[in-house]
Amino acid sequence: MLGSGLIKGLAVTAKNLAGSFHDPARFVTTEYPEVKTRLPENYRNFPFLVSENADDPMGTLRCVACQICEKECPPQCIYIEKSKDKKPDAAGKMQLYPAVFDIDISVCMSCQICVEVCPFDAIKMDQVFEIATPDRFQPLLLDRHQLAKPNGYFHEIHPTEAAEVDARLAAERKAAEEKARAAAAAKAAAPSAPATGTAAAPKPAPAPTPGPAAPGGGSAGTPKPPPAT
Amino acid sequence: METPEQIRDRLLARFPGAGVAVVANPSPAAQHSLALDAAHAREIAAWLRDDAELRLDYCSNVTGVDRPDREVVETITTAVPDPAGGPARAAEQKIKRTQPGCLEVVYHLYSMARRHGPVIIRLRTGNRTDQVALPSLTPVWRSCEFQEREVFDLFGVVFEGHPDLRRILMWDGFTGHPMRKDYVEPDDYEWEPTPHDKILAKAKKHYPTEPAAPGGAAEGAQP
Amino acid sequence: MITSDPLSPAPGARVRPVHDEFHGDLLEVSMGPHHPSTHGVFRMMVTLDGETVVRLKPVFGYLHRNHEKLGENTTYLGSMPYTDRLDYLCSMTNNWAYALAVEKLAGQAVPERAEYLRVILAELTRLLNHTCLAGFLLQDCGASGTPLMYAFREREKILDLFESLSGSRMMCNYQRFGGCRVDPPPAWLEAAGRLVDGYGAFLDEYEALLTGNEILMARTQGVGRLSADLAVSAGVTGPMLRAAGVAYDIRKVDAYGIYPRFDFRVPLGDHGDTYDRYMIRVLEMRESIKILQRALHEIPAGPIMDPKAKLRGFRPKPGEAYGRIEGPKGEIGFYLISDGGPNPCRYRVRAPSFVNLTILEDLCLGHTVADAVIILGSIDIVLGEVDR
Repeated sequence: MLGSGLIKGLAVTAKNLAGSFHDPARFVTTEYPEVKTRLPENYRNFPFLVSENADDPMGTLRCVACQICEKECPPQCIYIEKSKDKKPDAAGKMQLYPAVFDIDISVCMSCQICVEVCPFDAIKMDQVFEIATPDRFQPLLLDRHQLAKPNGYFHEIHPTEAAEVDARLAAERKAAEEKARAAAAAKAAAPSAPATGTAAAPKPAPAPTPGPAAPGGGSAGTPKPPPAT
Repeated sequence: METPEQIRDRLLARFPGAGVAVVANPSPAAQHSLALDAAHAREIAAWLRDDAELRLDYCSNVTGVDRPDREVVETITTAVPDPAGGPARAAEQKIKRTQPGCLEVVYHLYSMARRHGPVIIRLRTGNRTDQVALPSLTPVWRSCEFQEREVFDLFGVVFEGHPDLRRILMWDGFTGHPMRKDYVEPDDYEWEPTPHDKILAKAKKHYPTEPAAPGGAAEGAQP
Repeated sequence: MITSDPLSPAPGARVRPVHDEFHGDLLEVSMGPHHPSTHGVFRMMVTLDGETVVRLKPVFGYLHRNHEKLGENTTYLGSMPYTDRLDYLCSMTNNWAYALAVEKLAGQAVPERAEYLRVILAELTRLLNHTCLAGFLLQDCGASGTPLMYAFREREKILDLFESLSGSRMMCNYQRFGGCRVDPPPAWLEAAGRLVDGYGAFLDEYEALLTGNEILMARTQGVGRLSADLAVSAGVTGPMLRAAGVAYDIRKVDAYGIYPRFDFRVPLGDHGDTYDRYMIRVLEMRESIKILQRALHEIPAGPIMDPKAKLRGFRPKPGEAYGRIEGPKGEIGFYLISDGGPNPCRYRVRAPSFVNLTILEDLCLGHTVADAVIILGSIDIVLGEVDR
């Protein structure tokens, strides 16, 4: 019958129309911005810098200004200037820190290559997208104060990834401490060996220990790992 | 499918005066190509398309490559006789010469009838300045039409025999060939708030005075 | 200025022999570049005799972003996010074509789980691309919105899958040289399985809406016939070529990845007209569903990256390679020349939409302006890859 295709089509349209009143599979819009959809955990949009401690964001940045992310960024939207002095990092090692860390988010394409190449887990992807500004130049250049967010925030937005990163960093720190303790024990055991050859004893205490006694606490014994979050 | 060497031998048997050479490809892909001379290129292409064994009826990709002039340093060793009658000394002399570059067009050919490929052929121009003409292979494979226009537009190779050779991606009044290695873009500067490195060097010519900070005074940005 | 006179009919066009005061002159219409039906910033200079097209010159380059030159100044890894933006609907297949070319250049091997993931994501991309095309074609025919929105509703489900896997709906940046970036958890594979199982029902409903529709058939059958010889000579690939009757699918011919393990058919068209191009895509979607069901069922556990692959400091040895895959629109290939440095010396994208546009004029001659819009829609172009 001529027109049977049209009538079948109209039946489909009617099914969708009627279904949209009671079937969520047929009515798929949400009334944004009153109702917000839940984003998947892996969603990424613009990077941020992770600081260990929310009370001292600039002082506890994981970033050591190695500039690897700056070099690997395809549109070159990151601008870093190293500091002149060094500060102890979470493991107590003296590291440089970024005096200037700017990301131009009008250029950034959220490709997350900077996250992939960072050896220190210092830069991670954020999920912000409601950041429109009326001025298209200055407010879209984020400096390190605006980029730094605490590790707790990282746990909120990417819980699985943050847990994995924390576990890995803690394991690395523990391994470094074990090595330091073993080296200190070996050094302490060395003078007790008979001083026959020149090999063992008169080694001028090289202090290869990564300065775990150094950090501002001034504690004489083995340092405790800094509190998480 | 035949190897490039076998194809070359058959081509030289069929077109005795033609310049056909195998260009080896050192990468693991091992996709060796055949360099053809411009004079015989179109008849060789038609033969490749119609030959019963090869039947290369599908030209998949036409690429332009810019091979710029290169500075080559050659060392010449001469023997200088010793005036006192002893053994001759070896004296070295370094000569710098410029190896002229060329523009190259690479065609990737496949066969839909025989389902094999790729056979890669390359054509080279005489130099990069005045001898930039090559025969167009559009009469042989229609798929070269837009792709050769693109090579003309972006590299400057003039394809003789092309039905409609004009710019395709750049606008009609554009001058220059952007994909060449020595292309310098025009200095039409647009205010950049966050320049650094190379862009800052370019932008400094346009800043009226030394800027206070990157992005400085946002005088142009007031709503 | 355009050197060929636009007001002279193309060779082969049938122009009425009498042009008197009553019938008037030829009219040149510039369709685009700002046009809702030209699938991007695309301009067609159409010369009309009444309503019949006697000449058609495509003009593009409005979206030319200099991608190939950027590739020469960026590292191999840094070009991967830019490949997302070529055919911006199908980022996963663009990524795979580029990764394949680099892996050929550097001689890298890919683990089996990564190959399965690549097939799964490529077939999901094929589903979403063909769904988009069906929707847009109907939109161009004038069915204002309904088939398009049904198509997009289904496409959203696939985009949600991509977002939960790679972090971004369209600009996935997912493939790497030697494997994939993120390993999907079992929950993702189950969600993908549920989507694929339900896709057949969606296609049945969509076909009930469209395939037997008399208006669609009247508008698309016999419109824009492409002969097999012209298609092969013009380098047309993809569903457009198969609609013309040529059985050339790179998944079967090159047998790249693990496609030889999957048993799927390649649908061919009889007439090469617009209706055939639409039907071929629907049939290909059904074949993709079969491939997906098998791949999701069989995917092994294991690593997803070649253990010898390096992210930074990747310098393939000098040489060149051309790698191609069967993308949803046709053959997408990358030709890379390396001189041993971190950046490629020449980086070329062989875009299917660019080459498929060669025969646009041939298809549109003799048809009306409205048909020209539908024919362009059935070629399935995306300006991101036409212009690069």
